[in-house]
Amino acid sequence: MPIDSPFRRLPDAQARTLAFTFAGRELEAREGDSLAAAILAAGIATTRHTPVSGAPRGPYCMIGLCFECLVEIDGEPNRQACMVEVRDGMRVKAMQGARGLGKGPADE
Amino acid sequence: MSDPVPLIVIGAGPAGLCAAAEATAAGVETLLLDEQTAPGGQIYRAIGRASPERQAILGSDYGRGARLLEVLDSGCLDYRPSASVWQVTPEREVYFTIAGQAQSLRAERIVLASGAMERPMPFPGWTLPGVMGAGAAQTLLKSSGLLPGGGAVLAGSGPLLFLVASQILDAGGRIAALVETTPRGNSMRAMPYLPAMLRMPSYLTKGAVLLARLRRAKAPHFKGAHNLSAQGGKRIEFLRFTAGGRDHDVPCSLLLLHQGVVSNVQITRALGLAHDWKPLPRAWQPRLDPWGGSALEGIAMAGDGGGIFGARAAELQGRLAGLDAAYRLGKLTQAARDAKARSVQRALAAERAARPFLDRLYQPAAEFLNPADETLVCRCEEVTAGQIRGFVKLGCLGPNQAKSFGRAGMGPCQGRVCGLCVSEIIARARGADVQDVGYFRIRPPIKPVTLAELAAMACAGPNDAK
Repeated sequence: MPIDSPFRRLPDAQARTLAFTFAGRELEAREGDSLAAAILAAGIATTRHTPVSGAPRGPYCMIGLCFECLVEIDGEPNRQACMVEVRDGMRVKAMQGARGLGKGPADE
Repeated sequence: MSDPVPLIVIGAGPAGLCAAAEATAAGVETLLLDEQTAPGGQIYRAIGRASPERQAILGSDYGRGARLLEVLDSGCLDYRPSASVWQVTPEREVYFTIAGQAQSLRAERIVLASGAMERPMPFPGWTLPGVMGAGAAQTLLKSSGLLPGGGAVLAGSGPLLFLVASQILDAGGRIAALVETTPRGNSMRAMPYLPAMLRMPSYLTKGAVLLARLRRAKAPHFKGAHNLSAQGGKRIEFLRFTAGGRDHDVPCSLLLLHQGVVSNVQITRALGLAHDWKPLPRAWQPRLDPWGGSALEGIAMAGDGGGIFGARAAELQGRLAGLDAAYRLGKLTQAARDAKARSVQRALAAERAARPFLDRLYQPAAEFLNPADETLVCRCEEVTAGQIRGFVKLGCLGPNQAKSFGRAGMGPCQGRVCGLCVSEIIARARGADVQDVGYFRIRPPIKPVTLAELAAMACAGPNDAK
């Protein structure tokens, strides 16, 4: 885990370690983590760029309301990262603007 | 068409769990749908799997949630987690998706327990990555054991701000600064309501304990802060504000905002229920009877979705709604319902007594209700406060017209985040009442649903969910 994460794990977090990728980077999660939590834990603040201005955004509400944490999961675009639990081997990308029709966004 | 389910409860926080508990205890077959993967709602999130250490950090108010889970063992209860409810109709059809499978069920009665959300706190720069809700940070602590470790700045107002600060410290985290934005005049305005608050002395004791905890930690604590702006390039780098007549720049890698919680009105709005503007907490509240019943036959609301009274009150409101559902479904006599409800109603009145004091003490500062022109208010469509004021100059009368003027509220969050603020800004610019300006018209689906899910459901036929 990068040392520049503004978060650290409590020592009681004993859950099994899972592996997933975000924007091609191999990252670790704990079983039960939401995808947004695991990405934040890795020190990554930006999970998408907006369709309007391309501004960077990251998870804001963590309860499925704000839609700031939209990502592409295993090819499916516009998923709320805070509402999905990490599964081993997930391949996740940041949303770059709006989704395309019938396909996901371009790679980072 | 399959038989209707006697009772569907939507939301497994304190209100939903207690509604389900009373109904199932009376023998009502109940379906409990919840969006989260585990029960407890936001307040008791992940309570079922929190270690004793984590429970100690989060405190006894959190641990209290564990006993609400007993209802899950009831033979009358069908609990379905990870259920995203995207439409509820006035005819009591509930549409939801679980694991990519959309379905619909009809209910004889529905108790909505969709809860609260943090009141958004718009100011310049609040959209930068690394700026989140203080409640969001608490969610990370509860469900993933993630602690702000490198020095977070907490800014805003309200009891949860102090609670989160204190939990971070108790867990061994660091706070770079606590920046309180509560307007200075609030405590004077709240004081006349202190005697009523004394009916619930535990709230005052808790507040005093939290403040003492923060003083012991010697974290820099600014009061009466204003002119906030979050500064940074690709992510938050520092918070700029004025306090004590001086400008401050406090560096941070994480900025946690809070200024109270408000009802999440998405379901009640989409149902077309009447809502009243409450000038004191400055929020909308669906119009409900004392049992939580709405103007729509068979549809009730319990908990913070019907106005913010807190987790204990949510339990009590849930009990009332559950008892009333059991009575209306013929499982309790009216006399039995009323007898069981009496002590609940007494306790609820006591819980409510604290609100006039708290609502005045923590009324948000004007700069977050009616923010500066350059502030992005609609985060999804990137519409600023100044643009909304510009729409009003061109003749825009309310939030729904603001959509055609400039897409405010038309992004994926469907106005959840900007709705309160858009109504306030238009009301202020027009010199009108927020009640008259109104709110966004919310239409289903209120959660994302794919065409594939809809198509699969259409093939299966209506109300044919397994």
